[in-house]
Amino acid sequence: MTATLPQVGLLKGLGVTLKTLLKKPTTQQYPHVKPDLPPRTRGVIALMEENCTVCMLCARECPDWCIYIDSHKETVPPKEEGARARTRNVLDRFAIDFALCMYCGICVEVCPFDALFWSPEFEYSTYSIRELTHEKEQLRKWMDTVPPPPELEVGAETPKEISDGLAAARKAAEASAAAAAPAAPAAAGGAAAGGAPAGGAAAAAPAAKKQEEDIHVEAQIDQEVYDQLIAEGKSERVARARAKAAYVRKEKARIRAEREGQS
Amino acid sequence: MDTSIFALDNAWLALLLKVVAVLAFFLVAPLVMGYMEHKVLGHMQARYGPMEAGLGPIKHGVGQLVADGLKFLQKEDIIPARADRWVFALAPGVALIPAMIILVVIPFGPGLWAEDLDTGVFFALAVSSVSVIGLLMAAWSSNNKYSLMGGIRAAAQLIAYELPLVLAAAAVVVQAGTLSLVGIVEAQHSFTAFGIPVPYAVPQLLGFLMFFTAALAELSRPPFDMPIADAEIIAGHMTEYTGIRFAFFMLSEYAGMVVMSALATVLFLGGWYLWPGVPLPSGWLGALLGFAITMGKITTLVFVMVWFRATFPRLREDQLQRFSWLILIPLALLQIVVVAVFKVLA
Repeated sequence: MTATLPQVGLLKGLGVTLKTLLKKPTTQQYPHVKPDLPPRTRGVIALMEENCTVCMLCARECPDWCIYIDSHKETVPPKEEGARARTRNVLDRFAIDFALCMYCGICVEVCPFDALFWSPEFEYSTYSIRELTHEKEQLRKWMDTVPPPPELEVGAETPKEISDGLAAARKAAEASAAAAAPAAPAAAGGAAAGGAPAGGAAAAAPAAKKQEEDIHVEAQIDQEVYDQLIAEGKSERVARARAKAAYVRKEKARIRAEREGQS
Repeated sequence: MDTSIFALDNAWLALLLKVVAVLAFFLVAPLVMGYMEHKVLGHMQARYGPMEAGLGPIKHGVGQLVADGLKFLQKEDIIPARADRWVFALAPGVALIPAMIILVVIPFGPGLWAEDLDTGVFFALAVSSVSVIGLLMAAWSSNNKYSLMGGIRAAAQLIAYELPLVLAAAAVVVQAGTLSLVGIVEAQHSFTAFGIPVPYAVPQLLGFLMFFTAALAELSRPPFDMPIADAEIIAGHMTEYTGIRFAFFMLSEYAGMVVMSALATVLFLGGWYLWPGVPLPSGWLGALLGFAITMGKITTLVFVMVWFRATFPRLREDQLQRFSWLILIPLALLQIVVVAVFKVLA
């Protein structure tokens, strides 16, 4: 027994309820007011169909066995004359049964080709449990709701796929320049294609083309093009990619024009 | 104003008017109080309560209880195979009708009463204890062990708390010198303690608190909801009821809250007068104002009942019995003695 008044706890309890009465309730009026979710909320699993190689890792790792994959092999004709024909897998069906899925995300983690992503979309409840099995068309649509990956830190190493792509492009340009060299004997600078300064700019059209490679432009979204594509009904993802490409193209043209003006 | 506004020359017309008025109040007031309980209980638990059902453009769940009533009407009326059919079917009515009959004698404003009985207090308390019979009938006829346990608990509790309820009211009767509810309101209007006009709740604060506590127990409201404890005996006597009969029990609970609050208002809070000694304007304006004041007091008391429900945990059966027999009843007896002595001395 404390020194306080007997049964004062009853009044304290009344105080607590009265205070709660006057506070704003914590309820979220969900269908009327959309919840304010973190951008990377794990709502549903989306499929980037183009990246899928039908390796079946996701289906095998899935603890619930809720991923269904059907595929067939196709023979690809040889790239070079006399080489052996290759085969490749073509995805026929990719479905996730969200009635079974426990949203563990193992499939997303395990995918070696970046084909599976978490999407923040969560409003896909249905009246029938059968409708919860979503096919690849729907999974591809959800891909558009996946937020872009976070920005790299300043000074970070270029991601491997980008540096690889740049190296390949450079190599192709060198090859085309080498092919052009015998056709245009005057263009001696063509041999130094990789590091050639503006000296070769005055040369023929192919020479100007190869020079593009040493113009580096930080990719940004061209808002005008983006808005136009969105207005045309293109998906966000496609619009974003095309807008970036358009921006890079425009910037490069501008820099090229500048350099030509200087020389 | 000493006569009811329903007192007309044509006795049959007056009767019809009274019945219609009492029925209308009986059907509307519990809905309003029920809605208040939904909302207040919700907000006290940091949620909104009903928000969707509405009447036209007004939302916030104002139509929730109307919708619930319609739902109850549509439900199947199930009578268990082994139940005592007639008793089972009659019980909700027996529980419901007393609450309605008490409304006949309660004055809601100057002239706003159906009957001014000379034995108003006695009538109201006597009729209110009839509803226990309804509970017992429901509990026994359901042929269900939970219902039976609930019924036995209800009987024990209602007997225990009937006494402090009646004794607290008796102290008011001694003070006012009349059993008529209208008479008590008028006597309270001219009451002064040491020259200051106050309602009976001030000198008889203990009695008021006892009356309110006992009323909570009579209604099986938390923290005295042992007889209908849903966690252990699944709503007691209501376990086997569905549809409209269940709705009757719910309605009788809310109507009981209104009736008990109205009785407390008349006995202790000065009825339709804002404060003893403050006169009301005469005529229709006074009647309307008096009605509004009475309803304000009733709503406040019902709010406190809801507040208690949101706050206090349930009393155990032995705590509940001990509280009544060892604390409330001796205090109530003492209070009557003190009031009687002061009445004689004054």
